[in-house]
Amino acid sequence: MARATPSQATGILGWVDQRMPVVDFWNKHIGQYYAPKNFNLWYYFGSLALLVLVNQILTGIFLTMHYVPTEEGAFASVEYIMREVPYGWLIRYMHSTGASFFFVVIYLHMFRAFMYGSYKKPRELIWVLGVLIMLLLMAEAFLGYVLPWGQMSFWGAQVIVSLFGAVPKIGPVLVEWIQGDYLPSGATINRFFALHVVAMPLAILGLVVLHLGALHEVGSNNPDGVEIKKHKDAAGKPLDGIPFHPYYTVKDMFGAGFFLIIFASVIFFNPTFGGLFLEHDNFIQANALVTPLHIKPVWYFTPFYAMLRAIPDKLGGVIVMGSATMILFTLPWIDRSPVKSIRYRGIWSKVLLFTFALVFVILGWLGSQAGSDTQTWVARICTAIYFGFFPALYFVSAYDKVKPVPDRVTTHD
Amino acid sequence: MAEQTDLGRRRFLTATCAVVGGAGVATAAIPFLSTFQPSAKALSAGAATLADISKIEEGGQLIEVWRKRPVWIIRRSKETLAALAGEDSRLKDPKSDIIDQQPKYANNAYRSIKPELLVLVGSCTHLGCSPKYHPELQPESWDSEWKGGFYCPCHNSKFDMAGRVYNGSPAPTNLVVPPYRFVDDGTIIIGEDQEAA
Amino acid sequence: MTKFSQILSKILVGLVVAAGITVTPAFAAGDICLPFGEAQTSPTDVPTLQRGAKLYFNYCAACHSIQYVRYSRIAQDLNLTEAQVMTNLAYTEAKFGDYVTNNMPKGGRGVAPGGTEWFGAPPPDLSLTARSRGVNWIYNYLKGFYPDPSRPIGWNNLTFPNASMPNPLWELQGLQEHIVHEAKPDGAGAVGHSDAACSPAALSLKTPGVRSAQQYDEDIQALTSFLEYVGEPAVIQRESMGVWVLLYLAGLTFLLWLLKNEFWKDVH
Repeated sequence: MARATPSQATGILGWVDQRMPVVDFWNKHIGQYYAPKNFNLWYYFGSLALLVLVNQILTGIFLTMHYVPTEEGAFASVEYIMREVPYGWLIRYMHSTGASFFFVVIYLHMFRAFMYGSYKKPRELIWVLGVLIMLLLMAEAFLGYVLPWGQMSFWGAQVIVSLFGAVPKIGPVLVEWIQGDYLPSGATINRFFALHVVAMPLAILGLVVLHLGALHEVGSNNPDGVEIKKHKDAAGKPLDGIPFHPYYTVKDMFGAGFFLIIFASVIFFNPTFGGLFLEHDNFIQANALVTPLHIKPVWYFTPFYAMLRAIPDKLGGVIVMGSATMILFTLPWIDRSPVKSIRYRGIWSKVLLFTFALVFVILGWLGSQAGSDTQTWVARICTAIYFGFFPALYFVSAYDKVKPVPDRVTTHD
Repeated sequence: MAEQTDLGRRRFLTATCAVVGGAGVATAAIPFLSTFQPSAKALSAGAATLADISKIEEGGQLIEVWRKRPVWIIRRSKETLAALAGEDSRLKDPKSDIIDQQPKYANNAYRSIKPELLVLVGSCTHLGCSPKYHPELQPESWDSEWKGGFYCPCHNSKFDMAGRVYNGSPAPTNLVVPPYRFVDDGTIIIGEDQEAA
Repeated sequence: MTKFSQILSKILVGLVVAAGITVTPAFAAGDICLPFGEAQTSPTDVPTLQRGAKLYFNYCAACHSIQYVRYSRIAQDLNLTEAQVMTNLAYTEAKFGDYVTNNMPKGGRGVAPGGTEWFGAPPPDLSLTARSRGVNWIYNYLKGFYPDPSRPIGWNNLTFPNASMPNPLWELQGLQEHIVHEAKPDGAGAVGHSDAACSPAALSLKTPGVRSAQQYDEDIQALTSFLEYVGEPAVIQRESMGVWVLLYLAGLTFLLWLLKNEFWKDVH
């Protein structure tokens, strides 16, 4: 099946290219993929997410070579990695720090979409795939956290899996089915291990490929929310676009370097990050008979945990917590603004977005605390505001003043 | 106003970044590859084994374990030792010319430090089965002139009472003599070399 | 506006980085009494570790195992020979490559582990105590014992109230007296533990030990440092390696920045 235009490449590249269109692929996605020239700091987080994903997979593979997925062996095997496997401590810290940094990067990556309307038509599918990736990532992180089988691993598993018990009628059966036992145990560790090492990574990788495919089909958004494909030169290249390679390969490499400095600082100088990345209670082996004083999830789950705790009913809490993530899918259809970027929206849109972000952070803090009556009321108010953001956006986006959107991107030479 | 692109500077910076970055990637690979090294647990499990040889009768075999392999310690009689030289013509490597199969101090006619005490790794040099000890001097199905030694049932390799391999065996080399040394007359340590004499 | 937000973002990043590296929100100090403040440990200083190891094996190891540590590793990290470790530190039948366990009976079906009868609970393994409870807790705990006739074991502790353990180091420290501060009549004394109840003033040395207060404090710092090392032996390598890694990354990032700027000259 000959191609319309035969391969121009020579040598080994030519041999491969005649049999698989690698040159076309390179051009379409990297060499001649035109991206807006006005990407700012917020646009680093996509490539950084990819970098962290590669880190998790690489370090994960090497951890799997020494980790023992059984009730008797799990905790000790992690200590074995930390103490006796040459450089095992470094691989472990890269993996645990990477897990937390993954969420820092992803939350910031998503916030960019909020700011610049990157989820709006024609990019709804990119957004939907992205939210799916986030959900899988949350599952992946939860599964991974159970594996060291410390007190937080066990009790976190106990709490989260028991949430499924809230499902009417089949709840208790479901819980036992997930755990493989009457309580989280070796059976749970083993299956979580398989899901964490094989199933979730494959699913995430597949979705990331689709996510990038969907992105490349319509082209990237930018901080001005202007569609660069509207104005092309004689050769058909967007006037405000630059080829991804070399401009963004070079820029993203610099971004990666800067990021790695921060990453390495944590790994080498504060790997537990004050108990936020590696929790103190998880250095105690799992004990079904002793509950830690403060069971709380890892920091990146705390906003959702706060919402769960704020609702006095078990099933209600689960539904609210679940909805908090699911409602994100609706965003492209809720935002009716004629304008994409927050730069050209009115003051109400800015207030709304700022409040949403603030409330998310407050909920996060609340989720990490032991809880009190006052805190519960604040959490309820914040949860209401969080969900209120969506109907509010529905109206604000349609009626808020907008500033005239420039035809071409604004850059600062 | 676009200035002339300084291609030279670009090439220089690209090359420098590639080299410095490449060096970093190569260095970063070191911890990962190091995790493959035997850990303290493996090294500890592979440490030397103490063996009490004081109770072995003449002709008797004590089986110890070193690095998870069987190690035979056999007290040979004077008759056995005397018969060793006579087997040379039937052996593949009678003079232990293949030096990897035994430490220097066991590279002699008896393949041992003290003539009467034979120490061998009980693993056939063909494919690793553990041969059986047949000390009796009597005709056997695998050798009508059997002078005692070891017979491997897997693929019929034969070894004499110094662990040397017979002609016609699929095994290519003599049985391995592990590093060992005498602590005193009744005790040896398997896994540690003798100090230089 | 965008210029401002650029600068703001960079400042925020810088603050977050600085906070992350320096600030240690750490342990919920809220309800735990730490009257002697923060420990000043030196977990990478070999002489300190040797001193701490000696104290550990003399006073603690009989009851508390450190099951994830090998004698050979202690020798390696503390610059000690096999003979020094096995003669001066190890007191069981252990071999050099073995983990540091003790002779407390393990217990099994229907049989409580050793120590349960005497103390109510088996003495826990201390391999990871510095990571789960923290060095400040250990430091304060070891300084906060006082005789308490109302307790079955005859001892109590400010940091770990109703601890089921006597002060293993009482000969070194001496005996402290617990001074209970009465709540003031005007109600100034707070409910729960007041400032006065959780302060060094709540303890006073009644009978001196063989070490002076200063010496004992140094002993405890050393012992705590040793336990910190035991919790994470990699601490010895970690920070020094980190300096090199950061230097390299700073240099590489600088080069990449130059490279980026060079190519971006094209873009207007």
